[in-house]
Order: sequence, then C-alpha cells, then structure tokens
Amino acid sequence: MYKIISKKLVVPKEFDVWVEAPRVARHVKPGQFVIIRTNPQGERVPLTVADYDREKGLIRMIFQTVGKTTAEFADMNVGDCLTDILGPLGTPSEIKNYGTVLMVGGGVGIAALFPIIRALKEAGNKVYTILGGRTKDLVIMKEECEKYSDELLITTDDGSAGKKGVVTDAMVELAERGVKIDQSWAIGPSIMMKFASLKAKELDIPMFVSLNPIMIDGTGMCGGCRVTIHDQIRFACVDGPEFDGWGVNWNEFMNRMRQYKDEEKMSLEKYKAEMGEE
Amino acid sequence: MALDIAPKRLPVPEQSAEERIKNFNDVVIGYSIEEAVAESARCLQCKNAPCIKGCPVSIDIPGFLKAIKEKDLEKSWDIISQYTNLPAVCGRVCPQEKQCEGVCTVGRIKGYEPVSIGKMERFIADWKAEHGSKVAPKVPEQTKGNVAVVGSGPSSLTVAGDLAKMGYKVTVYEALHAAGGVLMYGIPEFRLPKAIVRREIDNIKALGVKIETNVAVGRSVTIEELQSHFDAVYIATGAGTPHFMGVPGTSLNGVYSASEYLTRINLMHGYEFPKYDTPTKESEKVVVVGGGNVAMDAARSALRLGAKSVQVVYRRSLEELPARIEEYHHAVEEGVIFNWLTNPVEYVGSETGNIVGVKCIRMELGEPDASGRRRPQEIKGSEFTIEADTIIEAIGQGPNKVLLSAFQELKLNKKGYIDADPETGQADPEWVFAGGDIVTGAATVILAMGAGKKAAEAIDKYITEKKAAGK
Ligand SMILES: Cc1cc2nc3c(=O)[nH]c(=O)nc-3n(C[C@H](O)[C@H](O)[C@H](O)COP(=O)(O)OP(=O)(O)OC[C@H]3O[C@@H](n4cnc5c(N)ncnc54)[C@H](O)[C@@H]3O)c2cc1C
Ligand SMILES: Cc1cc2nc3c(=O)[nH]c(=O)nc-3n(C[C@H](O)[C@H](O)[C@H](O)COP(=O)(O)OP(=O)(O)OC[C@H]3O[C@@H](n4cnc5c(N)ncnc54)[C@H](O)[C@@H]3O)c2cc1C
Ligand code: SF4
Ligand code: FES
Repeated sequence: MYKIISKKLVVPKEFDVWVEAPRVARHVKPGQFVIIRTNPQGERVPLTVADYDREKGLIRMIFQTVGKTTAEFADMNVGDCLTDILGPLGTPSEIKNYGTVLMVGGGVGIAALFPIIRALKEAGNKVYTILGGRTKDLVIMKEECEKYSDELLITTDDGSAGKKGVVTDAMVELAERGVKIDQSWAIGPSIMMKFASLKAKELDIPMFVSLNPIMIDGTGMCGGCRVTIHDQIRFACVDGPEFDGWGVNWNEFMNRMRQYKDEEKMSLEKYKAEMGEE
Repeated sequence: MALDIAPKRLPVPEQSAEERIKNFNDVVIGYSIEEAVAESARCLQCKNAPCIKGCPVSIDIPGFLKAIKEKDLEKSWDIISQYTNLPAVCGRVCPQEKQCEGVCTVGRIKGYEPVSIGKMERFIADWKAEHGSKVAPKVPEQTKGNVAVVGSGPSSLTVAGDLAKMGYKVTVYEALHAAGGVLMYGIPEFRLPKAIVRREIDNIKALGVKIETNVAVGRSVTIEELQSHFDAVYIATGAGTPHFMGVPGTSLNGVYSASEYLTRINLMHGYEFPKYDTPTKESEKVVVVGGGNVAMDAARSALRLGAKSVQVVYRRSLEELPARIEEYHHAVEEGVIFNWLTNPVEYVGSETGNIVGVKCIRMELGEPDASGRRRPQEIKGSEFTIEADTIIEAIGQGPNKVLLSAFQELKLNKKGYIDADPETGQADPEWVFAGGDIVTGAATVILAMGAGKKAAEAIDKYITEKKAAGK
C-alpha cells in the first residue's frame, strides 16, 4: 500500500511524486489534502493533492524539502512505501462558473493551485493566472497551468523569467488593463498570500487563500491548526484549508508557524547526521 | 455489625511519586496473586449485589471475585469477558468510586472501605494476558450480515466484538493511524499503557473483526458507499473537537488544547522526541485550565515532561471536581498545585508572541445551574497573574465533525450530537446506529461500551428482521 510509483526532482529541493492511494484517488477534489507519515515513528505531515488518476488509484504530490519528514520522503525511491496516507481531507474549493477568475501561485503552492485552475476552466471560467518565484527555475508547472489558463503571467524577483517583480505587481497590471475579476485564489508562501490578499482587498477582488498551519490529526480533533478568520477561531483541517483572504489574521498565523522552529531544526540535523550528510 | 473481614482494602502497590514523575510507566503496579485472593475475600457475595447494578455493563462482580478467592483465575476471566471486551482498560480508567465501589455493601458499613473491585478487574485481565491459557477464541462463521463501524474507540470496539461473536462480518474504519480512539491518543501511557490497549484490540481482531486505519468515513469512503456495502452502520466518532475559552491571547504560541498536547504525547510519542519525529515543547511553568480527567492527564504529563511547576486552574471547588478521585490524589502527590474557584480571563504574551502569563480572576459559587451544580461567578476586582510559558485548556469537547459535515441526512440533536434512541442506539436514517461520546457528549469509557453492547443487540435484531422480510 501507498507505494511510490514515480518520483522526479522538478527544481532544486522540489519533488513530484505519484503514489498509490486508491481511496484518496477515488474521492479527492481540488483544494483537498492528505496526511502522510514516512515511517512508523514519523510525524503526520499534510500535503496537497496536486493531481490524481482515479482509474489507477494514484495521487500526485509536489513537495518541497523543508525539514526531517520531507527530507526523508525525498530520500525514498520508486517502489518504497509510505507508512500512512489519510485523505482526502479538508473542504474542497468552491468550483463554479464565476465569470472571470484570477489565480495567483507562488513556489510549491503552484502545485495546490493547479487542480483548482483546471477545475475552474472546466467549469467555464475565463482564467487569468499569475505565477511567481524568486528566480526562473523555481516557477513550476508552467506548461500545465498555461494549458488551462486564458492568459498566464510570470513574475520573478530577479527578472530571469517573465516580468521582474512580485505577483502583486502583475495583479495591478491586470487591473490597469481593465480586466474585471469576479473571484480569485492565492496559494503560496504566507508572505505572498498576505500581500496578495491586501492587494485584492484594495482592488476589491474577493480572494481565497489556502492556509498551511501546523497540523497533527487533520480531522478537527486537536485544534493545533487553528487560525483566526474575521476574528473567529477556525480549524484549517476541517473548516479550510481555504479561507477568505481578506479576513485572515496574518501576523498571528505566521507567528504560529514558527512554534517548533528549534525542535524542527534539531530533528533535521539528527536525520542528516544519520544519513551521513554534512 | 461485626464482620470477620478486614475493614480496609489492601493498598495496591504503586510507583512512588518521586520516581513516577520521571517516567511514563503505569503508576499503579497492581496486586500480586496472594493480595488479590485476600482482597477478594472481603466481598460478602451479596444476594442483591448492588455493585452489579452500579456497573453500566452489569459485570457479575461477586461471581468473578468468588472465582479469584477460590484461585480459579481462568474462571474469573471467563466470567468478566462475557461482559466486557476491554477489562484491562475498564479496570484502569472507570470511575469506580462513583459506580460499583460507590454502592458496595462493605463500603456502606461505618469504618469499612468498599471492595477494591476496579483493581481486581485490572488484576485478572493482566494475569490472563501474562499467564492465562492462550486458546484462540472460537469465531463463529460470519454469515449473518455485514456491519461497518466508524471510529475505533471503546464504543466501537465493543459493538464490533459483540457482533463478531454473534456471527457478523465487521469492518472498523479509523481515521487515525492507530486504533483505540481516546484510549490511544488521549489517556496517557502512565494511566493506560498503550501495549494494553493494543493487546485488547488484538483480542477483538482475533474474533475476526477487520480494522482499517487511515480511513476518514465521509471523506475516504462516502456515506453512499457505506449504505450500499453494509446491512447496518454503527457510528462512534467521539467528542473530539476541543473547545476554547476564547479569552484574548488564545493564539499565542504556547497555548494548547489538551487534545493537542495529549495527542502529541500519546499518539505521536512526543515525549520521546527526537527518536520520534513529533516534538513537544519543553516547558517550565505550566497552567492547566479545567478539572476533568483530561485536565489531570495534561497536568501530570507536563510534570513528566520536566516542567518545574504545574498549576491547575478550576472555576469550581474540589467538591465539584469531575475527575476520577484517584487521579486527583495522584496529581496532588506528584506536586500539581490546585487553584480552586479561579478562571483565566486573559493570556499575556511577549513581544515575540509567546505566552508569559495568565491573568486569572477569583470566583464564588452562586445559585445552582441547569446541571444542578452551583454556578461560578466572578468576584470583581480579584484579578491576579500567574507566570506561565505553557497554557493547556481542558474545558471540554464538541462532536467530531469530519463525518457529520459529510452526512447531512443524519438527524442531530440540539447540541449537535447524533440523535439516537438511548435503548437501541438506532438513529435516523434507520440503517444507522450510534453510541458513545458522539451521542452523549464527552462521557466515560464504560458508558461508551454500554452503548455499544445495547447497539450490538439492536443491530442483530434489525438485520435479522430485515433479512426475514426479504429486503
Ligand atoms: C493543508 C496543507 C497542505 C500543504 N500542502 C503542501 C504541498 O502540497 N507541498 C508542500 O511542499 N508543502 C505543503 N504543505 C506544507 C508541509 O506540510 C510542510 O512543509 C511539512 O509539514 C514540513 O514537514 P517537515 O518535517 O519536512 O518539516 P519540519 O521540520 O517539521 O518543519 C519545517 C516547517 O514546516 C512547517 N510545518 C511543520 N510541520 C507542519 C505540519 N504538520 N503542517 C504544516 N506545516 C508544518 C513549519 O512552518 C515548520 O517551521 C502543506 C501544509 C498544509 C497544512
Ligand atoms: C484525556 C482524556 C482522559 C479521559 N479519561 C477517562 C477516564 O479516566 N475514565 C473514563 O471512563 N473516561 C475517560 N475519558 C473519556 C473517554 O475516553 C471517552 O468517553 C470514550 O473514549 C468515548 O469513546 P467513543 O468510543 O465514543 O469514542 P472515542 O474514544 O472518542 O473514539 C472515536 C474515534 O473515532 C475516530 N473517528 C472520528 N471520526 C471518524 C471518521 N469520520 N471516520 C473514521 N474514524 C473517525 C476518531 O479518530 C477516534 O479514534 C477521557 C477522555 C479524554 C480525552
Ligand atoms: S456489593 Fe461489594 S460486597 Fe456486595 S457483592 Fe458487590 S463487591 Fe461484593
Ligand atoms: S490538525 Fe488537529 S484540528 Fe486540525
């Protein structure tokens, strides 16, 4: 069970894998995620389902190595099995014909954005997509996103691809061109989602963001994933992960992400030492 | 009345308080055979046996005690196991002082203590596991029908075991990676060793019950799939959603729900970090809010993780404390400090967003509320601050919503729990039965098991009648 069927490095530190998980593949919808464990003593880690093959019972995950668990996942090979996959979890994205939608993705968040782009296109929307990254190589899934977008804009911090700048610059550019947006999504690093939401509010565009707080069970049982939206406590694993970007308490969210920084560093260093890396 | 039995129960050997706060091992060591035989001789074998009536699953208590007295431990086991599939668990966590032992005839006599029934139940279950005969149970052919059970807590395990014994093919679905519900993720190792939970679960598997983990019903498997593949479904998804007081500062780093704190420790072995990957923060000054078993477990876990001080803040007084009294005594022995008639009003944070203290207010008890307990009221101007780097809120839970949100047709009561017949567990729609905390709200292991027992009979009747009617 949960066998790794294919694995490839997309950009440095980002892996694209297909894994056997028939129950998830049968039911997953855009916007949902799974919780995996790489070993019997492992941590429960959430990853978005970036794509699926219902017939073959496979799901695709694209992940970035940040700490011990993702490093260990990256070290696993085709044929190896994950210890657990639970899902699909979370409330699916609200897919319907809004008219014109704007999709903003950054970093590994593009993997989570892609199935939503595709579903919105299939639901008849006109789709504008903005993908951002620090540099050219970090902008993943360009072709796949382009295929389902009416227009795709790219921004990079260093100007190595698309326009030099950040995703909010491209949002302004579209607004200045007079493109009227009915609904938007932003998925990427917290700081990007925060500024995209502020900009969307300024431009009066409703925006969903997909929050990625630290989770444990993913079933609404621990309250560790709590976030504050419009001054109310919500649990990202069951009430989200998508929320109204205008209403997120970003400072609090980003502060809670740092809770286990020291412990996580220690865990990664221990793992690297065991694996004989520096 | 002059009786020729010892007035006091035999004290049960325990780890000393100084020793046990350094480990997660079972606090109670348990009786030896000689001690158990001696303690069982204190039972009067009452004709009317009030203890049986005090037990939510009506265990034949005089019967199993008599067998211990006669040193027929195998027989004693046979008697208990007719009534409960989880005796080693019940013997450790039931509120015996309010149930069987609370009504025991011996305890009613002035100067006498009740028979130590709970410790004897634990004794016989542990004896059986270590020394008893290991004949595999006879599993009847599973031809009477298919039943799905959602969740794998004590209520589910009971219904599953009983239905398997009656000849049903039972599949248990559990969302987490380990079966057992609160027994696995909530109640700590030092009160209920996980090896014991696993052992009792293995006994249930040996009856032919299939347990599938990593399945969130309503998401990994749909309600329609359940309805089409099974003759009936039993739902016992528990009261697993933590409530928060909602005081300012709840989002500061260092503020936990007891569910998160205990899950990190129990299910994820946070106390063995970094051998296990999930961290638990080291704390110095811990404040636990609440007075139930959950609060005691969190407080005592924090001590074992090395906290220098652990204080419980409870808005009522010792008399109203809902926790098992044994756990309260253990907590006091271990050094937990109790602040009665106190409630938090604000969590105070540092500039970096970490908790540094909790502002509390003193309370007094006013008129009784709907539950019959006197309502705590704030005493104006009595605020004071306790320094803290960790706050653990243990103020209660609500219904687990993973399944409910995906099952709109299921009838719920006003409080959002499943509306099920208290006698049969039958819910609406009629092919659904439910029990345990998802029906009653957070309660006890034995009540959850009692609901499972009743439901097993009702499910058998329902399926038998349905099949007879040719449906
Ligand atoms: C709903 C959801 C979907 C996600 N989808 C993806 C995805 O598709 N691709 C991807 O690369 N990442 C995704 N993430 C983030 C991913 O879960 C974390 O990067 C991962 O948990 C890090 O684990 P680690 O052990 O390697 O690192 P750690 O050493 O544990 O942590 C490094 C950092 O990751 C974050 N983190 C740690 N544990 C968790 C946790 N349990 N949940 C969330 N964040 C955590 C913290 O900010 C931490 O500082 C998602 C997170 C959520 C909540
Ligand atoms: C810390 C703590 C200490 C306690 N101490 C005591 C004590 O000393 N004595 C006592 O008698 N009682 C105690 N209790 C209460 C007791 O544990 C509960 O009353 C009892 O476990 C309820 O059993 P249950 O079968 O209803 O559900 P639970 O034990 O809550 O199990 C429910 C299970 O269902 C799973 N689930 C939920 N949704 C789904 C889904 N959609 N699909 C699949 N699986 C799902 C959950 O993951 C969970 O494993 C304590 C509780 C806690 C939290
Ligand atoms: S009430 Fe006490 S003395 Fe009487 S049968 Fe039960 S355990 Fe024995
Ligand atoms: S991860 Fe535990 S409640 Fe969301």
